[in-house]
Amino acid sequence: MDRTKIDLWVGIFVALGMAALLGLAMKVGNLTSGKIGETYAVTAAFENVGSLKPHAPVKSAGVAVGRVDSIAFNSKTYEAVVTIKIDKRYNFPKDTFANIYTAGLLGEQYIGLEAGGDEDVLSNGDKIAKTQDAVVLEKMISQFLFSKASEMDNDAKISAKPSESESKPAEAKSTELGDAPF
Amino acid sequence: MTNSNPLINIIKTLQGIGHRMVERIWRLGAGARLFFLTIVYSGESFKRFHLTMREIYSTGVMSLLIIIVSAFFVGMVLALQGYNTLQKYGSSEAIGVLVSLSLVRELGPVVTALLFAGRAGTAITAEIGLMKTTEQLSAMEMMAVNPIARVVAPRFWAGVISMPILAALFSMVGILGGYIVAVPLIGVDEGAFWSQMQANVDFQSDIVNGIIKSLVFGIACTMIALFEGFDAPPTAEGVSRATTRTVVISSLTVLGLDFVLTSFMLVI
Repeated sequence: MDRTKIDLWVGIFVALGMAALLGLAMKVGNLTSGKIGETYAVTAAFENVGSLKPHAPVKSAGVAVGRVDSIAFNSKTYEAVVTIKIDKRYNFPKDTFANIYTAGLLGEQYIGLEAGGDEDVLSNGDKIAKTQDAVVLEKMISQFLFSKASEMDNDAKISAKPSESESKPAEAKSTELGDAPF
Repeated sequence: MTNSNPLINIIKTLQGIGHRMVERIWRLGAGARLFFLTIVYSGESFKRFHLTMREIYSTGVMSLLIIIVSAFFVGMVLALQGYNTLQKYGSSEAIGVLVSLSLVRELGPVVTALLFAGRAGTAITAEIGLMKTTEQLSAMEMMAVNPIARVVAPRFWAGVISMPILAALFSMVGILGGYIVAVPLIGVDEGAFWSQMQANVDFQSDIVNGIIKSLVFGIACTMIALFEGFDAPPTAEGVSRATTRTVVISSLTVLGLDFVLTSFMLVI
């Protein structure tokens, strides 16, 4: 076969391969959405990060404003220190709330930022003081079962001794989880 | 006569096992030796790049049709099967993630390598085996042309270059096939299809790892095909056996290597 013709076909072949790779990177992968330009880093300490992973999105009002950079364990305070990188275009007040949320019932976890009312804004290296841990499903279920059990316990006591029912209910209310919002 | 003596039978069986073992190890060593010689003598295949170019044409470009057509159907079947199961759990939008992740991570590199072994590997083995049978390789040596530099190395590099390109094409065409079934035919929302895909496919850990896999498969498949051809007995039967062995060994090697590579990639 003619050499120029071979060259042409190989050129087409390589160009097709490049186009496929570019398509994979841009259309399929997260190369474009992963780029958030200039960022500043902020840390936040959580008692429990659940299954939060590096590269998880940081959202405010549902809009992605940054990404989780790294998650480390602080052996002095026994807390998880999460470093997040926020896009330089967005400024948040110093008293911003950082919560760990779950997307959907079984979806991935992300950090939600809720802006406070402070005049000063967070800058590189600052620490977010107000945080809320990830919801652990097992903990929630066990709390729910515990509160249900104690309620039933109290009901049984009340029905057994109707004469003392005036003092008991107040005590029942004060048990830690008696009126959990389930 | 000798069959009556059980001791001799046992010895013969052991001899058979030992012979096969030595033979396998010898072939492994000879293959490794050919691999290193190919690397050492591969300067010429870059200096005279048109040699490699011609081989890229016959291994890569000629495999385009089978790769594209099979990728299209694999993608369509994945989408159909995936939708069938996912809609039971009410998450049929995740079909884009399913199709793209299974193609980019596994099916793209593996199926491409299997097809490559069948389409290009056999051709390489048969060609080199026939060159050996008709004593073209010996003739080259007589003319002080190193057959490894002139025949083996360009084919090796052509296979190594072609495989990642073919695998990337396979993944992309497969995703397009899945898109065609999922969006216009089944009616999954187009935005959810692409956005969930983009949210869950990572460039580094999915796409780049897929390319690394296909590169390793390219080296393995091409090297096996070259060695089988180079090692084939110089008879018609020998060449035909070598060609069969190329397909069998390449396929098994690809599947085994895939497991090893995946276990490394998922740990890191």
